[in-house]
Amino acid sequence: MSFPWAEQYTPKNPFMKWMDERLPLPRLVYNSVGAGYPVPRNLNYWWNFGVLAGLFLVIQIITGIVLAMHYSSDTSVAFWTVEHIMRDVNSGWLMRYLHANGASFFFIVIYIHIFRGLYFGSYKAPREMIWLLGMVIFLLMMATAFMGYVLPWGQMSYWAAQVITGLFEAIPLVGTPIKQWLLGGFAPDNSTLNRFFSLHYLLPFVIAGVVILHIWALHIPGSSNPTGVDVKGPQDTVPFHPYYTAKDGFGVGVVLILLTIMVFFLPNFLGHPDNYIEANPLQTPAHIVPEWYFWPFYAILRAFTVDFILPAKLWGVIAMFASILILFFLPWLDKSPVRSGRYRPQFKIWWWVLLADIAILGYLGGAPAEEPYVMFSQAASIYYFAHFLIVLPIISRTERPRPLPNSITEAVLGKDESGSPELPGGTAEPVAAE
Amino acid sequence: MASVDDKQQPAGETHAEDGVRRRDFLNIAAVSVAGVGGAVVLLPLLNQMNPSADVLALSSIEVDLSPIEEGQAIKTVWRKQPVFIKHLTAREIAEVETIDVSGLRDPQTFEERTLEGHRNWYISLAVCTHLGCIPLGSAEGENKGEYDGFFCPCHGSHYDAVGRIMKGPAPENLAVPEYEFTSDTTVTIG
Repeated sequence: MSFPWAEQYTPKNPFMKWMDERLPLPRLVYNSVGAGYPVPRNLNYWWNFGVLAGLFLVIQIITGIVLAMHYSSDTSVAFWTVEHIMRDVNSGWLMRYLHANGASFFFIVIYIHIFRGLYFGSYKAPREMIWLLGMVIFLLMMATAFMGYVLPWGQMSYWAAQVITGLFEAIPLVGTPIKQWLLGGFAPDNSTLNRFFSLHYLLPFVIAGVVILHIWALHIPGSSNPTGVDVKGPQDTVPFHPYYTAKDGFGVGVVLILLTIMVFFLPNFLGHPDNYIEANPLQTPAHIVPEWYFWPFYAILRAFTVDFILPAKLWGVIAMFASILILFFLPWLDKSPVRSGRYRPQFKIWWWVLLADIAILGYLGGAPAEEPYVMFSQAASIYYFAHFLIVLPIISRTERPRPLPNSITEAVLGKDESGSPELPGGTAEPVAAE
Repeated sequence: MASVDDKQQPAGETHAEDGVRRRDFLNIAAVSVAGVGGAVVLLPLLNQMNPSADVLALSSIEVDLSPIEEGQAIKTVWRKQPVFIKHLTAREIAEVETIDVSGLRDPQTFEERTLEGHRNWYISLAVCTHLGCIPLGSAEGENKGEYDGFFCPCHGSHYDAVGRIMKGPAPENLAVPEYEFTSDTTVTIG
């Protein structure tokens, strides 16, 4: 599953030899993130974000396990156990702020990771499965983040639970029974909070499992690269360790500095003050919005205001779920054989338009549900779907890509003296190491 | 690792006479900083499991002694642990004073187990020093053990009337907390 020129794991220490014959775990690590995994030599810093996403999954799980030691998911005390964490538990404030801001950073990192994939065509053959598994992780993250936001049982928590489960009510016939099944009642209450806590603890481990599949699927063709050109020989790759452990290590340092700045100086910048008021089923906060990372989808949900065959509410729910599901079909919507946006002059422009469109949707999702925001949401939602269903299929036929470099090495050095013949990546004959 | 470095390193660059390269120094420095940082992060992660501020705030209680008659004992709660408060009779005091301290496992005199001016009050944790059960002997009719004090039913430790271990597996006398009398009939524990 790796290139034939990958370095072989050869333990020298007698204990490591003994271990390798019985449980070759060090070998697995060596071949996955060690010197045994050859990686294209031209990866830029946008390729840091997969490792960073893994880092934030670990931070969230560790701080989350700590918080669960002090939290209680009973509606009568849940809000106060969070205050207990903030005021009484040793370093409790640190753990909670790391967890809350860590969630935001997790989404920032994931969004950059996804847009990296969109720009460089990382979803294209033979990497479709990596993309699909990534989308599954994204969906699981959204479910986990939503349920985590309910746990402090503040006003925003309560009304988030009410509104999001209310989405399911839009489904004809079975909507109301589904909502009641999700909540375990007619409105969010003790049963809701308990099951959300249980699932919020479970899902991160499901995510970790899918992450393993994601990395497994990645290591079969190997990492893509900014040129999108397949690896053709050993001169195109460097071992993951020490080259990318060092490069990723630098990225980890930078992002941890940013995280700690947020945690220590702006811990509530991304939160809502209303969530420091205990849940009150008899009063809705004046302006309720989800966490920022849901805003683009929230804008699409609210864009439908007129009944058209189906009720507007149902259209909004369908559109919101469709906006995520459509990403699953991306590998088959963009048929251009050229992967990297660098060599696709038209695609590149539309990629920026999509980025701007989603940023605008994000802004509108956080704005109040009134004109002119609703009108803009409708226009931006239309473009979102048009991008995937009309723009990408058309430009993948009509666009004339720029010439690709013959190899990664040529792209890096301007020349490739290895003289290796044109061979499809991954199946190249081993070329004698230099 | 090293072999890879050598391969990629243009010949002669940064190789000092002693074979130590600038890159070796940078490697060690970078990994050390990350290691120290990681280790420091462990401190709050471990410290969070220590007693929290609200638990420590419960560390002192006040007890009214006026309803406790001579010969009676009560159990109260301090730091979520049971505490014996026993009003000693003259006979019990005389009895424990006759015990030869030097022969005890955890030698403590009667004077060390009680407070000056309040010798008729015995206060200690009701937690057996063996494995933490509550010894019997404070309530009427309970087994007081062979030394007319306390008896732990879990593994058979016998204590005398002022909680000194006389027989059985417990290694130490019952722990006496810090306490002081704020009046003749009130005591503050902790």
